[in-house]
Amino acid sequence: MSFLNVVRRRLIFLVLVLLGVTLITFTISHLIPGDPARMIAGDRATPEIVAKIRDDLGLDRPLYEQYARYVTGIVQGDFGTSIRPRRPVLEDLRIFFPATLELALVALLVATSLGVPLGVASAVWKNKLIDQFVRVIAVTGISTPAFWLGLLVILLFYGQLGLLPSGGRIDPSMDVPATITGFLLVDSLLAGRFDAFASAFKHLILPAFTLGFVHLGVVARQVRAALLDELQQDYVRTARANGISSFRIVFTEALPNAMIPSITVLGLALGDLLYGAVLTETVFAWPGMGAYVVNSIQALDFPAVMGFTVVVSLAYVLINLAVDLIYMAVDPRIREVS
Amino acid sequence: MSDAAQTSKPRGLNINWRYIWYQISRSPLMMIGSSIIAIVLILVIFAPLFATHDPNAISLRERLAPPSWDHFFGTDEVGRDLYSRILYGGQQSIAVGFFVVVLAGGIGTLLGAFSGLVGGRLDTAIMRLMDVVLSVPSLVLVLALAAALGPSLQNAALAIAIVRIPFYVRLARGQTLLVREMAYVTAAETFHAKKRHILRWHILPNIMSPILVQTTLDLGNTILLASALSFIGLGAQQPTAEWGAMVATGRNYILDQWWYSAFPGFAILITATAFNLFGDGLRDILDPKQKAR
Repeated sequence: MSFLNVVRRRLIFLVLVLLGVTLITFTISHLIPGDPARMIAGDRATPEIVAKIRDDLGLDRPLYEQYARYVTGIVQGDFGTSIRPRRPVLEDLRIFFPATLELALVALLVATSLGVPLGVASAVWKNKLIDQFVRVIAVTGISTPAFWLGLLVILLFYGQLGLLPSGGRIDPSMDVPATITGFLLVDSLLAGRFDAFASAFKHLILPAFTLGFVHLGVVARQVRAALLDELQQDYVRTARANGISSFRIVFTEALPNAMIPSITVLGLALGDLLYGAVLTETVFAWPGMGAYVVNSIQALDFPAVMGFTVVVSLAYVLINLAVDLIYMAVDPRIREVS
Repeated sequence: MSDAAQTSKPRGLNINWRYIWYQISRSPLMMIGSSIIAIVLILVIFAPLFATHDPNAISLRERLAPPSWDHFFGTDEVGRDLYSRILYGGQQSIAVGFFVVVLAGGIGTLLGAFSGLVGGRLDTAIMRLMDVVLSVPSLVLVLALAAALGPSLQNAALAIAIVRIPFYVRLARGQTLLVREMAYVTAAETFHAKKRHILRWHILPNIMSPILVQTTLDLGNTILLASALSFIGLGAQQPTAEWGAMVATGRNYILDQWWYSAFPGFAILITATAFNLFGDGLRDILDPKQKAR
């Protein structure tokens, strides 16, 4: 199947996903007890005002018509309006998204820079102590409640040692550099503000470590499995027979090949980190999408929650699609097989 | 339903328990996992025997006391004994875990096996629907569902179970497609056995191994997820003792009364780790292909 065919099929699936996700959020919105018009109007509104809002939102129309209206809105970039303050959800998310993405990317960097060496070590010394150790780290990682780990590192590095800040993105007394990319690290460098960069960096360490730790083991296990597969290949045996050192075989021959299947895992990890940030952000008062959605949940602001669900689901599917395409572009074998 | 088909094979799950036990005893990590699970289950189920205090007894004079011989894990902001509350809180967390895997595993396995057995358009329709749900990050879907259902531990459990169903459907269907090509299924079909009979006596017993592994891993994940929901206020509500909710309240005291959040969170970590170690090892045993790597 050609590259274009795969892309076409995946895009059709994307439309299906959009329909499915919106159907889910639409159904959920209608399951919620209570009258949305009444919630928007507030407790003291007159019945006329409530009726007007209901009419504006089309809540008195048949369900299929409401759904069609909802999907049309999303296609045009209208993901709903939060209740209080009445703002387009997409606008809000656009403000919060860069903070979450910055955190997720740095967390991915943490997970990769520690996970890849650990994975290599456990493949090279398979079934030895280091391998068991990595296995324990991996299992502990996926079993750790991130919100709890976050509290512990705050207790240690902020409470006891006083080395790092406990939350936020930047020192509150500091002027925030002008928003260009939305990534504070990049923006402060672009503005030539090294004090702001240092502060933003310090604020990133604890949340990024907390979030990255959960995925570190997943990355390590993936690299281990992929590298073990490669080390069993004929070319490795040939290289050994030719007297090439184990070190060179691992790092210049096998590892680059083993990294190809690992791209998928890294891509998926980025998607997981994006929504996994929900809990980490809450603990560290990180002003991203996660904190936004948790606040919305607590304020019973359902349009905001549903808007978040649709946006993140779409982002997740798009990341997966991008990863698959990169994977196909890098590895010609996949193209031929699929 | 033919009598011959029923009597020809003794029925039950086709899993060799003695072989599994032999393998468990040889794997140190699995031994650790299963021992911790056993200890946690005993402590939690017989909480009234092991608790030193009434988990809800308020004693304002002893509020926020550090760990001591009287209060192993200290006390909370109204002087309740944290050790006893963690034991009772485990009942909530573990009950949610079992509720979710039984509900999601049961419905998902039946639906998946059915879908794989009937095939055709119905199968395609079911699987596309599952693909759509699976392509959405589960935490996000769980959040949305739990928020809509309203904050309570029961609703959180229900939300997690609903979101987990597609995982079992896909797993069970995949296994069913393999099993239905087996000679004994073809034989049963030759004798015009009803679909329901084939499903019950030939398919389900033979697809159970991977599903069992999945349920074990899911127990750990569910306990984690449910506690996370409680942490952000969507799960157990005060004054119920529940691990995630205890970490959440303890958060307000983290800098001075570290024990409040630390011990309940550690209970989550230990329990989830134990189930994951056990499930990981079980997968190696039941799927020798993976182990060969």
